[in-house]
Amino acid sequence: MKEIHINTPLKKEIVKKLVAGDRVYITGEIYTARDAAHKRMIEGMKNGQELPFDIENAIIYYVGPCPPKPGQIIGSAGPTTSYRMDDYTVPLLKLGLSGMIGKGERSPIVKEGMKAYNAVYFTAIGGAGALISSTIKSSKVIAYEDLQSEAIRKLYVENFPAIVTIDCKGRNLYEVEREKYRI
Amino acid sequence: MRVVNWEDIVIAIEKMCIKANCQLDDKLLLKIKEMRGNEESPIGQDILDKIIENSKIAYENTMPLCQDTGMAVFFVEMGQEVFIKGGTIKDAINEGVRRGYKSGYLRKSVVKDPIIRDNTKDNTPAIIHYDITGGDKLKIDFAPKGFGSENMGRLSMLKPSDGIEGIKNFVVETVEKAGPNPCPPLIVGVGIGGTMEKACILAKKSLFREVGKYNTKPHIKELEVDLLSKINSLGIGPQGLGGRTTALAVNIETYPTHIAGLPIAVNLNCHVSRHESIEI
Repeated sequence: MKEIHINTPLKKEIVKKLVAGDRVYITGEIYTARDAAHKRMIEGMKNGQELPFDIENAIIYYVGPCPPKPGQIIGSAGPTTSYRMDDYTVPLLKLGLSGMIGKGERSPIVKEGMKAYNAVYFTAIGGAGALISSTIKSSKVIAYEDLQSEAIRKLYVENFPAIVTIDCKGRNLYEVEREKYRI
Repeated sequence: MRVVNWEDIVIAIEKMCIKANCQLDDKLLLKIKEMRGNEESPIGQDILDKIIENSKIAYENTMPLCQDTGMAVFFVEMGQEVFIKGGTIKDAINEGVRRGYKSGYLRKSVVKDPIIRDNTKDNTPAIIHYDITGGDKLKIDFAPKGFGSENMGRLSMLKPSDGIEGIKNFVVETVEKAGPNPCPPLIVGVGIGGTMEKACILAKKSLFREVGKYNTKPHIKELEVDLLSKINSLGIGPQGLGGRTTALAVNIETYPTHIAGLPIAVNLNCHVSRHESIEI
């Protein structure tokens, strides 16, 4: 596996170089959003409201972390299953979203959208919330505070471990690797 | 009649909530390490290593293994000679969950209404299954159930003629369809027999069994072994990114059923298969 260190904002020329199967370590600001936050962002857009953060070249992390203990930056913070965000994703890709971090397969519509707008899908290890939490160096709620664990947070991460799972050419690690080990 | 204080149950539940969420049980961790030794996929090996490291970080920092600290599921066996002084068992369990999820800094993931979806903010109500038994013991089993895996569960009302092949096909198909979503490697819980709701409860209950223990009925054990081998031949692997380690165990529970039916339910658990048990 090729190891690559990438920084945010994630420029489209970097996205184009990432290939399914690359192991990446992400450093910089990323934004959290999951089910309820996505629903609210998309409904807001329909009503002419601006998104709560600059989406161009941004990475969204599908996560609803545990609350931090006193003195802690964030609680356990592993990825949630991505397909639940599929219905909301293409409008965000259109606005320049470069990357998404989650776990599990994406819908055909999202995969087409990723090809059309040059975006990459990373997976992080589901269930490894304590390990991932140790790479998060700051966390601030920037929108939808009432949604608690589902609020939008700006995170600063250092060497956040993820795997390029679907790249902007449509290469899909889930399909390729699974076939190798099927008996 | 044995008298148990309501408050003692609450305190025990609070502790269970925290321990189950932050500490992977030894047998499960050993099983993951054993499977790591047999994994052929380099990506799979890397993922299993990180899963093992995660359990260490969680244990050392009393931090939840996974951010999805679940909906709180309980199986209660209550002897008919137990009297709870100060309140009901249901209220004691919910109060314990309320306190445990707060003091343990666990995520509150329960919404009041499935349509309106506003958070109850204390992770209650719990899901509680009761069994009244003889004697004066109170046994409480707890599992925080994350929904990444819960969402991939299925029920089917098979025909008796579908038989054992029908059962095998349904279980394997459920795991295959779930793919990476339930965070493999999995514990596959299967309930066979009873009625439709009984099969689902059996599937859930089977997830509480210690990993490595088989059903005591020889023909069911044989089915567990066969299904585990079939599932690990699918190639899904850790996190669905390919490999041999798709499931760590297949646990089957059965119950008598009707001449006209063969209900079967599959309930999946991720590799963070959490459960705790106490006897008061």
